[in-house]
Amino acid sequence: MIVEANSLTKTYNRGKTKALHGLSLGVEEGEIYGLIGPDGAGKTTLFRILTTLLLPDSGEAHVDGLDVQKDYRQIRKRIGYMPGKFSLYQDLTIEENLRFFATIFGTTIEENCGLIADIYAQIERFKDRRAGKLSGGMKQKLALCCALIHAPRVLFLDEPTTGVDPVSRKEFWEMLKKLQQRHGITIMVSTPYMDEAMQCDRIALIQEGSFLKVNTPQHIIDEYDKTLWNVKCEQMHTLLTVLKKWENTESSFSFGETFHLSVKENAAPADLMRYLGGHGLSGIEISEAKPTIEDCFMSLLKTDYDER
Amino acid sequence: MKQFQIFVQKEFKHIARDTRTMMILVVMPVILMVLFGFALTTEVKNSRLAICDMAKDEITGKIHDRFAGNRYFTLTAECSSVEQVYEAFRKGEIDIALVIGSEFSQELGHTGAGSIQLLIDGSEPNQASTRAGYAQQILMGFAQEMAEKNGRSIPYNIVSTTRMLYNPQLKSEYNFVPGVMGMILLLICAMMTSIAIVKEKETGTMEVLLASPLPPFVIIMAKLVPYFAISCVNLTTILLLGHYLLGLPFAGSMPVFLGLSLLYILVSLALGLLISTLVSNQLAAMIISLLLIIPTIYFSGMAFPIESMPTVFQRVSTVIPARWYVSAVRKLMIQGVAVKYVIQETAILSIMALVLITLSLSTFKKRL
Repeated sequence: MIVEANSLTKTYNRGKTKALHGLSLGVEEGEIYGLIGPDGAGKTTLFRILTTLLLPDSGEAHVDGLDVQKDYRQIRKRIGYMPGKFSLYQDLTIEENLRFFATIFGTTIEENCGLIADIYAQIERFKDRRAGKLSGGMKQKLALCCALIHAPRVLFLDEPTTGVDPVSRKEFWEMLKKLQQRHGITIMVSTPYMDEAMQCDRIALIQEGSFLKVNTPQHIIDEYDKTLWNVKCEQMHTLLTVLKKWENTESSFSFGETFHLSVKENAAPADLMRYLGGHGLSGIEISEAKPTIEDCFMSLLKTDYDER
Repeated sequence: MKQFQIFVQKEFKHIARDTRTMMILVVMPVILMVLFGFALTTEVKNSRLAICDMAKDEITGKIHDRFAGNRYFTLTAECSSVEQVYEAFRKGEIDIALVIGSEFSQELGHTGAGSIQLLIDGSEPNQASTRAGYAQQILMGFAQEMAEKNGRSIPYNIVSTTRMLYNPQLKSEYNFVPGVMGMILLLICAMMTSIAIVKEKETGTMEVLLASPLPPFVIIMAKLVPYFAISCVNLTTILLLGHYLLGLPFAGSMPVFLGLSLLYILVSLALGLLISTLVSNQLAAMIISLLLIIPTIYFSGMAFPIESMPTVFQRVSTVIPARWYVSAVRKLMIQGVAVKYVIQETAILSIMALVLITLSLSTFKKRL
């Protein structure tokens, strides 16, 4: 395990706000490990503890075999960190930013050229432009270059794709894959986008400071055992309220242009058709749906909520 | 060392590319100095004069005519009593008054010396002292002439006792400059440094810097260096302007003065550093720095003499670094005293620098 944590807890405001509840995790060397969860789930806090920027209230964590508390100086040499907020110097150019970060990590751009060449090539023609004048996608690529410039063992990326267009997001994940495959860098990445979860080797679903589940995305989907339907009709705006009142509904939420509805075992589509028709809805379409990470997350959330 | 170098370079780029900050840093001291310079013109014309002549004889009549005919004075009132003179001052009708006692001419004739009282509105200290000078010159000239006419080998001695009303201590531009220096240096060092550090916190770059192997000490030092350099430039500007524009004497030792200024800059930088460790956004840093400026103006003795403050305020003033700096600079620049007279100030500033630097270095977090 290159990143390891044991029952980490962290509170803010003198214990009033709980950010992490005895969280444990293990990241294997060379994998892309995704933290999936909504805002305020504790992703950033976990990243800050692992990058030695925060001390946990209790529990311990190791990165590359080093203790985050005692060996923080050593760890800081071996990790690359891209915080959620755009954290480069807006008034410096692309090249100046890169040179600065290379130098403070005790290296040069030329030395680690191979690692960032692919990514840097995409922004190189703007190298004299100030970082503040770049688009979201370009800023993100520059930030990644800066985090990679010293060839870190582990890369921590806190919501790297937030505020970035879909095309750039896709490119970004391709870059991460390449880094993993060609250079064997371990990547720990958080995202609020469920669709990005499939790109990770393993994901941890996080909510209110604890993990709901950790597994490969496929496994998590396979473990989904409920019946799931796609429901559509002409009166979409009233559909959700009507669906929520149905006796066989487990949960329902909007999914693209349709609603995903998970139902109790004995329910049949015909029952729903009759029920919806009885409420004056027309043009009803019901089809079997393939569960996604989002469905799993929602279902886990509900179980977690019911248990408490 | 390379890390330190590139960091300092980066800081200079930040400053150079932010035109507004650059203007504040370079132009503000000049503006302040020029303002103080030109607001205090040395030639004073059309001073409104009142004469209170209680003797009303031949000699005092001549003095009267001399003043009335002088281009620097405009005779605006004839008073018969000192009370009337004060009344005219209160109404703001006159700037200067000449009070001649009824015995004046007799005394002058018998003893060769007579005394005349000059009352001057001291609320504008520089003008007041200039007016006093003019009036004394007129009186001296008159005494000389009278002696020549009467064939006396020893000239008559007309003693003018000058009394400043409202502002007995007579602050002058000379006295003001050290205060302005104390303020400018504090403003640039404390405010700009704290803002520069807090800005990194606010934009999130501090998070990346802390997660890098860069020792926090290097971060701090690299942040301080550019502002230290700029402060030195400002110090030079102020000195040049002070000397050539305001004609400051610089009576004392220049190396001691420079050493003392560097010490004060160090204290101010440490203050800025301390502020930056306490707050997390630029606005708060600016407000706290400005809150530092206010006691600096009030308690440093630049605007109000410390000696005439209530004891409580005098005690408060002892913790204001500018108080000691201003006091030492006045001694060195204007009075030209020997180094041993500023030892107390130097010692206090050194202790302040030491305490503040230790304090801010120990509170600077190596984590978030």
